[in-house]
Amino acid sequence: MKTFAAIDVGSYELGMKIFEISSKNGIREIDHIRHRIDLGSDTFATGKISNERVDELCRVLREYGEIMKGYQVDDYKAYGTSAVRETENTMIVLDQIKQRTGIAIEVLSNSEQRFLDYKSIASGGDAFNKIIEKGTAIVDIGGGSIQISLFDKDTLVTTQNMRLGVLRLQDQLGRLNIRPEQSESMLDELVSSQLSVFKKLYLKDRVIENIIVVDDYISAVVGRNVAGLEHTSVESAAMDKFLERIRVKSVQDVAHILGMPEENVPLLFISGVLLNRIAKVMDAKLIWAPGVSLCDGIAYEYGEKNKLIRERHDFEQDIIACARNISKRYMGSRRRSETLEQIALTIYDSMKKVHGLGKRERLLLRIATLLHDCGKYISLVNLGECSYNIIMSTEIIGLSHVEREIVANVVKYNHIDFEYYEAMGRDSSLDRRDYLTIAKLTAILKIANGLDRSHKQKFKNVRTTLKDEQLIITVDASLDITLEKGLFSKRADFFEEVYSVRPVIRQKS
Amino acid sequence: MVEKRDETDFSNVEYYTNRELSWLLFDRRVLGEARDKANPLFERLKFLSITASNLDEFFMVRVASLKDMVSAGYKKKDIAGMTASEQLAKVNEETHALVEQQYAVYNRSLLPHLLENGLHIIRHHEDLGKEEAAYVDRYFADNIYPVLTPMAVDSSRPFPLIRNKSLNLGALVKKKNGGGELEFATVQVPSVLSRLVTIPAEEGTKIILLEEVIERNMHKLFLNYDIVCSYPFRIMRNADLPIEEDEAEDLLQEIEKQLKKRQWGQVIRLEVEEGIDDRLLKLIRDELAIEQGDIYSISGPLDLTFLMKMYGLDGFDHLKEHGYLKPQPVPELAEETDVFAKIREGDILMHHPYQTFEPVVNFIRQAAKDPDVLAIKQTLYRVSGNSPIVAALEQAADNGKQVSVLVELKARFDEENNIVWAKKLEKAGCHVIYGLVGLKTHSKITLVVRREENGIRRYVHLGTGNYNDSTAKLYTDIGLFTCSEAIGEDATAVFNMLSGYSEPRNWNKLSLAPLWLKDRFLHLIDREKAYAGQGRTAHIIAKMNSLCDKDIIEALYTASAAGVKIDLIIRGICCLKAGIPGVSENITVRSIVGNYLEHARIFYFENDGKPEYYCASADWMPRNLERRVEILFPVEKPQLQEKLHHILDCQMRDTVKASILQPDGSYKKTGKRGREEYNAQLHFCLEAREAARAEKNTGNKRIFIPEMHHE
Repeated sequence: MKTFAAIDVGSYELGMKIFEISSKNGIREIDHIRHRIDLGSDTFATGKISNERVDELCRVLREYGEIMKGYQVDDYKAYGTSAVRETENTMIVLDQIKQRTGIAIEVLSNSEQRFLDYKSIASGGDAFNKIIEKGTAIVDIGGGSIQISLFDKDTLVTTQNMRLGVLRLQDQLGRLNIRPEQSESMLDELVSSQLSVFKKLYLKDRVIENIIVVDDYISAVVGRNVAGLEHTSVESAAMDKFLERIRVKSVQDVAHILGMPEENVPLLFISGVLLNRIAKVMDAKLIWAPGVSLCDGIAYEYGEKNKLIRERHDFEQDIIACARNISKRYMGSRRRSETLEQIALTIYDSMKKVHGLGKRERLLLRIATLLHDCGKYISLVNLGECSYNIIMSTEIIGLSHVEREIVANVVKYNHIDFEYYEAMGRDSSLDRRDYLTIAKLTAILKIANGLDRSHKQKFKNVRTTLKDEQLIITVDASLDITLEKGLFSKRADFFEEVYSVRPVIRQKS
Repeated sequence: MVEKRDETDFSNVEYYTNRELSWLLFDRRVLGEARDKANPLFERLKFLSITASNLDEFFMVRVASLKDMVSAGYKKKDIAGMTASEQLAKVNEETHALVEQQYAVYNRSLLPHLLENGLHIIRHHEDLGKEEAAYVDRYFADNIYPVLTPMAVDSSRPFPLIRNKSLNLGALVKKKNGGGELEFATVQVPSVLSRLVTIPAEEGTKIILLEEVIERNMHKLFLNYDIVCSYPFRIMRNADLPIEEDEAEDLLQEIEKQLKKRQWGQVIRLEVEEGIDDRLLKLIRDELAIEQGDIYSISGPLDLTFLMKMYGLDGFDHLKEHGYLKPQPVPELAEETDVFAKIREGDILMHHPYQTFEPVVNFIRQAAKDPDVLAIKQTLYRVSGNSPIVAALEQAADNGKQVSVLVELKARFDEENNIVWAKKLEKAGCHVIYGLVGLKTHSKITLVVRREENGIRRYVHLGTGNYNDSTAKLYTDIGLFTCSEAIGEDATAVFNMLSGYSEPRNWNKLSLAPLWLKDRFLHLIDREKAYAGQGRTAHIIAKMNSLCDKDIIEALYTASAAGVKIDLIIRGICCLKAGIPGVSENITVRSIVGNYLEHARIFYFENDGKPEYYCASADWMPRNLERRVEILFPVEKPQLQEKLHHILDCQMRDTVKASILQPDGSYKKTGKRGREEYNAQLHFCLEAREAARAEKNTGNKRIFIPEMHHE
């Protein structure tokens, strides 16, 4: 059993949850400490976190450190989200915090953060599995942005980020000189334009029955037997009624009725209007607020990594599905991708001893195969560069920024000559390890791609064996592989450069 | 009929009793105990003394605040529609009557009986025998004279400062060689000496009060003067002492801004001995600028609190109460047991002071030493001087536990003392929180976090009384030990809130003031009303110290009118009126004033046959529900509910110490009315002893009896 602390340095709240994680009892929350601290307003307005806020952050983190000591936690993980991420001087601030409090905060990319939120929902188990049987959208409302993720059957297929977070909206409303009663229609206008684009591009004719909402305000109200929202899941029409009820009341009254601090009421209202609008756009019937937070996801991730808990949902499948969906959007051929995937993974697996990479890199390779030619949507000539740009600007849920960059590079160098570290690293945040991963994965993808040069899936049933200094690729004898063989040697050279292993094509006699 | 009910305005001020007047009725009930011949004689002295000290406090705090409101020109009316000056006038009238009764009891009921029992109080020094007189004069010379500071007033010397609550002798004096002009002289009866001067007697005990001895020797203090006359007097000032805001905050916060105008030191009450020389009285009255209505002419010794000293005299043990037993062991928690193991076996409910408070101290002591305990968190409000709890907490911190203590310094017991031990705790490494801004932490909760085989387990103690081992012997309170996960989680959240972190997303079991508690109570009352509306039986029993929250009373009236049966057991102030047709005819109010101070808050809601029981640190007073951190906790285990039910039931059946609020606003002792005499407090004592004995017997059994039935 491990005692674990998860710290979420959010845009308006610094939260810490203490968990006990064991294979026997799963994840058990023991304590949840929350401190309201508005980092978002600083960052969103000035791009920096003010000194006062850093001081406050340090003070509370020191207290959190004491609490962790009190529980004798075995491990902790502290993640910063959008406010920290969007700060210009992130590195400096985080280093300062590390020096002053001993607590190391890592920055989550948006897609990682959302993926953790998603994991925290999915860790809910049966209730979650039941809900996603029907078309479902997860609406994750944060301070800076919101994330809408769509499910098809039981896999996540797409996810989009929109800068419609409640703090940001509040900030925008604040800049408008409007009467209070106008604020709702202004809000509607602010969000509607973006939502309709989302609908056109991604929703199309998907039927969304359920919405799972993750936020700090509506979730706090739903299921508390106040204001007509009795259960954690409510008919979406109830949201209308709820808004109607709180619209006419003063902030003080609402705070009193709902038992929440007055300062939260405007954000609750924004959250409610936003959610209501999304539910309308999607024509959803049911809203479910499981009341989970990022901390739950952090704990889940920790438990998963340390093999303390069993996965209840195949999250890798979600990432793959997302990648497939992106490929589809850019007219990728599913069959071609599948062939490439199969060949690449076959090679990857037989090279295991040589490349020394793990499960995660295997996933990255898979994604690279799925997205290997997305750039052709834009240009058949600049395939590499265009693919790279598309991948870099598309969110792939569950991948960190670095991982995404790895995938983008692997895809890029599949098409163009490889550039070495000094050249590649010039304007990227990748370190040497990432660079080597790119080289290794690129070498494999290049070979796989070479073997399917004709796009005719000739090598679909390829077998590979690593023998002496050679990687023997065996294919069916009945096929004509003259083209592949002829173009193979240049790709094989790079592979040999990376691995000191020469790939050789052999036809079964 | 129904329509008429709908029109009833339950907020009508006529349906409410003024808080101060209700308090005076409470003091009267205490006085009733002094008058009650069924009580042992010396206990009656004690009760009389309590009425006097109560009244002093009432003046210093409540009356002083009302005076403040008047002088601040504050016009808002109270719950009963009275302005501050109307209240003052009425309070004055009632207090005069109360004081008269106090002395009637003293002179007519107590003094003769004391004499019969060999305690002779010599009322006037003139009544002393010759030898006795010689003895007291010697006593004066040896013991009293050295500590006296006599003061005379003439044109060159200003009127001396008369100290608040001090007893003084005032005299008219005449210069021996002067022109016969009367001057004022005064001397304070020293508080460092005992009021009781015992005179050697052949049989029995003879006593004379200190002021009489001084009066007799007045001439020795003013050698150049002739003493024309001398009489004792006593004054009470407006906030000469620090304002005991605890009791007056509801008034003071209303006039916070005007408080600057407060007339510090203004005399609000003057007590003089009956028959005082008119010239002397006029002189004092003019000098102190006191109104006629605030002068109390006393037919007996001033300041009856000396009776508490008299209670302590040796040789009168047979005149004291012995029927009540000392706190009994808690059967579930025998002395050397592992408290944690016992709590794991099931929730434990304790009823103090019938049962000892020791397990609570043990709980913290054991936690301090237990290597598996990670943290101890506690709220402390009014801790006794040498608190064993504080010592245990200190030790816990020493042993490396995380110890967080919220120390409520705004509690009116001497603050400096609190600061001393709070600092000590801090030094020992405890995390000490010195209260919350703008709120008093009145909740009584302790959380022990323990790491066990199956993970962290939380042990919680929740109570209705303070963590004070001395008052736990005198106050009746309820305490609950539990390791329920749901309550443990809530307890953790409570301490997070007290540490300044945000409130939790939701609560499992506990309700907290000032944020949610009042709504919770209103909801529970409303729910009974709804059941009554559906024609089901609906019943509320609520036991507390005071009821004066208007919203709650209004809800109770509405519920009563809808047919909810409401039984209230309220020791002190009750602003609700019982038996008003169409408003409160389904409400009964009883007050128990007995050997122990009733202090537990217990609430029962019938809930359509699925009864709910709660205990709380809060009364139904605005200050508890709106300006305090208070906790309401449910008691859910059927066996424990049974215990609470039994407690309420016994109190409802009391025929000895219970008084019933009458429709005319007065209280009447229930009396036996054909039933058997029944004293709930006494009964609880005996029950606690039985329970303790039963446990002891099963513990020492040499023969094992197999249990044949298993549920």
